[in-house]
Amino acid sequence: MSFLNKIGVIPSEDEIFNSDDQQSEIAGDHQGSVIKNVTRRGFLKATGLASSSLVLGVQLSSIQAATSTHAHPSDKDFAPDVFISMDKKGTVYIVCHRSEMGQGIRSSLPLLVADEMECDWDRVVVKQGLGDAKYGSQNTDGSRSVRRFYYRLKEAGATARTMLQMAAAQVWKVKPTSVTIYNHRAKLKGSSQVLDFSELVEIAATLKVPEKSALKLKKESEHRYVGKDNIKLLDGKDIVTGKARFGYDVEIEGMKYAVIARPPVVFGKVKSFDASEAMKVPGVLKVIKLPALNPPAVFNMLGGIAVIADNTWSALQGRDKLKIEWEHGANASYNTKDYEKEFVKALDNPPHVVRNRGDWDKAKEKADKVFTQNYYVAGIAHATMEPPAATAVVSDDGVEVWTCTQTPQSAQRNVMGVMKIPQEKAASVKINVTLLGGGFGRKSKPDYVAEAVYIANETKLPVKVCWTREDEIKHGYYHSPSYQSLSASFDKSGLPTGWYHGMVNHPIGATFNPAAKQAGAADLGQTDLPFDLPNIKLTNGESDTFMRIGWVRSVTNINNAFAVSSFADELAREQKQDPKDYLLSLIGKDQMLDVNKDAAKYENYGENFDDYPIDTSRLKNVIEVVAKDAGWGKKLPAGYGIGIAAHRSFCTYVATVVIVSSQKDKIKIEKVFYAVDAGKVINPDRARSQMEGAAIFSTSLAYYGEITAKDGIVEQSNFHDYEMARIGQVPDIHVNILKSDKPPAGIGEPGVPPFAPALCNAIFDATGKRYRRLPLKQYGII
Amino acid sequence: MIELTINNKKHQLDVPQEMPLLWALRDIIKLTGSKYGCGMGLCGACTVHLDGEATRSCVLPVSAAIGKKVTTIEGLSDNADHPLQQAWMDISVPQCGYCQPGQIMSAASLLNKNDSPSDDEIDQAMSGNICRCGTYPRIRSAIHKAAKLAREVK
Repeated sequence: MSFLNKIGVIPSEDEIFNSDDQQSEIAGDHQGSVIKNVTRRGFLKATGLASSSLVLGVQLSSIQAATSTHAHPSDKDFAPDVFISMDKKGTVYIVCHRSEMGQGIRSSLPLLVADEMECDWDRVVVKQGLGDAKYGSQNTDGSRSVRRFYYRLKEAGATARTMLQMAAAQVWKVKPTSVTIYNHRAKLKGSSQVLDFSELVEIAATLKVPEKSALKLKKESEHRYVGKDNIKLLDGKDIVTGKARFGYDVEIEGMKYAVIARPPVVFGKVKSFDASEAMKVPGVLKVIKLPALNPPAVFNMLGGIAVIADNTWSALQGRDKLKIEWEHGANASYNTKDYEKEFVKALDNPPHVVRNRGDWDKAKEKADKVFTQNYYVAGIAHATMEPPAATAVVSDDGVEVWTCTQTPQSAQRNVMGVMKIPQEKAASVKINVTLLGGGFGRKSKPDYVAEAVYIANETKLPVKVCWTREDEIKHGYYHSPSYQSLSASFDKSGLPTGWYHGMVNHPIGATFNPAAKQAGAADLGQTDLPFDLPNIKLTNGESDTFMRIGWVRSVTNINNAFAVSSFADELAREQKQDPKDYLLSLIGKDQMLDVNKDAAKYENYGENFDDYPIDTSRLKNVIEVVAKDAGWGKKLPAGYGIGIAAHRSFCTYVATVVIVSSQKDKIKIEKVFYAVDAGKVINPDRARSQMEGAAIFSTSLAYYGEITAKDGIVEQSNFHDYEMARIGQVPDIHVNILKSDKPPAGIGEPGVPPFAPALCNAIFDATGKRYRRLPLKQYGII
Repeated sequence: MIELTINNKKHQLDVPQEMPLLWALRDIIKLTGSKYGCGMGLCGACTVHLDGEATRSCVLPVSAAIGKKVTTIEGLSDNADHPLQQAWMDISVPQCGYCQPGQIMSAASLLNKNDSPSDDEIDQAMSGNICRCGTYPRIRSAIHKAAKLAREVK
């Protein structure tokens, strides 16, 4: 597996399991999709669309593989990701193949199809795609769902529209060009005749799919839903009435409930256990031992003892009564607080130079002054409101799972691993994706699915595995603590002559390869330093890893942006310059920054540099816009402070201004402003809500976010000692989503990185105190 | 047997007295709108009404609900027409949606007592409900909007 060679570089799930698919996705959105009329074909049964009159299958992924051998791939090769179908009433069903976790994807991707198809959104039903290898990549992380599929989905919608147009032309015996399609109806030009989609569907179903060259995509100005704020939340009514089904809510016939006592230390083992008291708890049915976990952790189950009962409460009571002797293993040597000194040592002379321009060492030697500061950001847990949960049924026919997962296909692979199901029988594993009660990266790691399937198989019972909050906090895939050292060299002028940034953490790579030592992931906010300085040296230290480390919303951008944007503010203050103006000067001239000219291997979130360059003019623009929106430079009330930070991540440019007040040594966030250039945005309201959410997610991490282990055991357990921002700590958040015709970029994560540094820069402005460690709770100012 | 009145309907339950109401609702009666979030009364995802008062069902033994009226999100209105539900949809408050039933039940309890709460009163009444997606500003707006809707109806 190729990721094993990339020690220290963050592997995405696709890279780990599916590098071919990843390649074809990277090949670019312009590759085009393969679309077929599949109304009469067998595989519709699995989609629940068999009763529809017209069904189009759209293959988004692996296009390259398909088209390289066949201009029109045979049914054998054709593996649609998305289905568009219509029943006789004209109701349009669009299958969403990505997971919904609050980012609004269920009302973004289908909206794009519906708009292009000229549907009335009120007559569209969105269906959730099953997890299945034949659907191509479904991994919903890396803020890339829209980025990857924008044009292809437009083509899919245009295909359906064109077929309806052709159908109407047949009815009226005119050329298709004499028919216009608008809002679920066909209209004959120069007459008042109209036909509803319901009257055209049966004819359309008999037609061949038009050639790509015959498609006319709508112009941006012709969109009726895309880029507008005129649709309601798709699942809004279900959510506000309690009908929405999350992974935790799954109920199936005869289902039992399981909770697990997991080894307190990762790779720990059960030495012995006594379940006699647990079995006396009314409702407890079985107690079983799970296989111990050996490195690498990947998405395998942690092991421990499972208690299966008639209801969750009995299972919990039973678990409390278990007597387990653990063998903690080697990771019990780990103490987060002590380990910081290892991080400091690791940056003494870090062995990995990830980017090198000019000669930093010489610039430092020649400098009149070298300014150095160090930053520490604690590790954090995901704390999704819905803890992980999975329900499994194992039968002779195969395995069926219902779960809240960001990545149904790695869940499927995980199940195949547990059950030793060979690749050719993948179709016997069905993964149903529920709504996700938050994801943030936790639910792209389906260890809990493996648990459910293992227990269901051992007990021959349908089983729902429920994680408690304590389980979620104590057994996560954590964002690593990190230590960073930054230096800038100065001569007589105000801008640095050189910039040095060393970074070390426990690498995510170690979760997949225990030999991984190099800090990860420099690509996310370190290598892509956007400052136009003559000498730049960026390094990574090495570290051992003692816990499961994983992606958390925006990943290492969190700590990299905190260090870089805090340090930039410190330099401005040192130089007695306005922080906003100074930031613009650091970025310097407008350019398409090619960091790989500086001996770097920057991968740009898997995107090509033509469509997604590092465009410094766009970064400067969001800074100017947010400064204007926030009234930068105006006099603030006494005790107030203002701070700014800007950061490009997931190919989106975000600038944030935070205004705070300080009273009796306590900080209050008064106002927050975002300016966001994410290219084309399908659903601006959901984009705004993601930025509002990112600000609040970041408030929690900046104020409270700290996971620590003592003797390898996580010390936090629930919301009393792993606190979250509450409503009273959060002001209204002003979000400006800039209009852009650039290719669509990420939305879910890019709002996180600039918030914490903007906050700390504002606190400095208000109080004159610089906080270089997160969380801020440790300073007594929250 | 324990008899509970939930959403104006009587239920006979064969469960231990000390079982938290949340698990009785979810696992026994199969009303899954009330959510598990912490099991310690810290996050409010499990909020229901006990005689109209917002209560954390994850720490309330079923025995404490005997003889009282329990209202869950499923019983808040007949057809999503409670002013809070309307305002929630109008402002597109939810992101993932998991905490929202608890948020709405806390807000409904607030509006029962105070038909025009201030920002501070809202913040205070809603401080026990965590939202990880970060919908707090919209929750505040939606409560103001619902309060206005409710006053207009009166």
